[in-house]
Amino acid sequence: MFHTPSITCVEKQAEAMDIPLVLVKTIGKREEELYDLEKAIKLAIKKYKIKGIVTGAVESVYQSSRIQKICNKLGIECFNPLWQKNQEQLIKELIKNRFDIVITGVFAYPFDVSWILRKIDKNFINEIGKLNEQYKIAVAGEGGEFESLVLNCPLFKRKLKVVGFKISGSGNAFRSEVRLK
Amino acid sequence: MKENLLIVNICKEKLHYLEFVKPICDILDNNRIRYFVRDYIKVSKDDLKKASRIIICGTSLFDNYFIKNLRYFNWIMDFDKPILGICGGMHIIGSLFGGKIRRCTEIGFHTEYFSKEFLGLKEKCEVYHLHNNFIDFSKLNDFEVYCGGEVNSHPDLVNSEEKISKSKCSQAIKHREENIYGMLFHPEVRNKEIIRNFCLK
Repeated sequence: MFHTPSITCVEKQAEAMDIPLVLVKTIGKREEELYDLEKAIKLAIKKYKIKGIVTGAVESVYQSSRIQKICNKLGIECFNPLWQKNQEQLIKELIKNRFDIVITGVFAYPFDVSWILRKIDKNFINEIGKLNEQYKIAVAGEGGEFESLVLNCPLFKRKLKVVGFKISGSGNAFRSEVRLK
Repeated sequence: MKENLLIVNICKEKLHYLEFVKPICDILDNNRIRYFVRDYIKVSKDDLKKASRIIICGTSLFDNYFIKNLRYFNWIMDFDKPILGICGGMHIIGSLFGGKIRRCTEIGFHTEYFSKEFLGLKEKCEVYHLHNNFIDFSKLNDFEVYCGGEVNSHPDLVNSEEKISKSKCSQAIKHREENIYGMLFHPEVRNKEIIRNFCLK
């Protein structure tokens, strides 16, 4: 259900956007992790009086329907503005809007360790497009083929910089834990 | 008449447009079908004259504001070209024909059974549900239910061991005489071909 590579970086991202962050621990067990998500959303409702959740769901009905159910239960709106968007178009719009994004995890053939910390740019789109044709790799990683980290975007008040990282994994599955400044 | 489909947006929140209307626009773009979009309160007589057919899109689980504004949809009763109502759009059609909105929450993928061909869907099909309400169209004489509700009470389905939805909600309906279609599920997620097939009607 959840994105985990370099997950602790959300603290720096929240600082960069100057918005509060709600942190809740989960062991990530299928379905049980949804109670932890519900707990986090309840906390946000109580503490910050939020009226809705905005997700980045594009294709995953597994993720979006579970968040929809939680929001419906808690009586808040659920917004999925990227829902069903063409993935190539989405990545191109991110580049056009000057999102600075790096890959933090790869989890499918034929990826290898060289993809870790690679920037999402025009070259990335070209290569991922070829992998899509050859191996059906989803262009925006919607099948969980890769995970990414935003270092800068129009919402950030300052750029984040990678100052260290640790890579683990083998074969076609690698993940990184990044330190930011 | 050259195709010029009118998409009616019923979303109260602007951000929901991207989730419930934009995906329909993308399907039409991919099929090179000409269209224009109007918010429901801005649909004019001229728009209705220009439109070769109409799709009324759905909206979010908590957005029922359009039901308070049914008067903006009175044109449906006189419109003589094809109309397709998706989820909230289906509620609007049913309400205008005298149906009552009832509560039933269904979210996610469900396998539904179609008693006969419905805009290209037949027998068992996986569809995406996202609704808190429905209208029982079996109570409306003008409409035939193709999927859900009374269709699911057929003995072959009741006794079936296959994982088919036992939904009590009318899921797919058509007016018996007019080209008015409605579906409670969201075709823009799993059944995009429905939109294209509707444009061929």
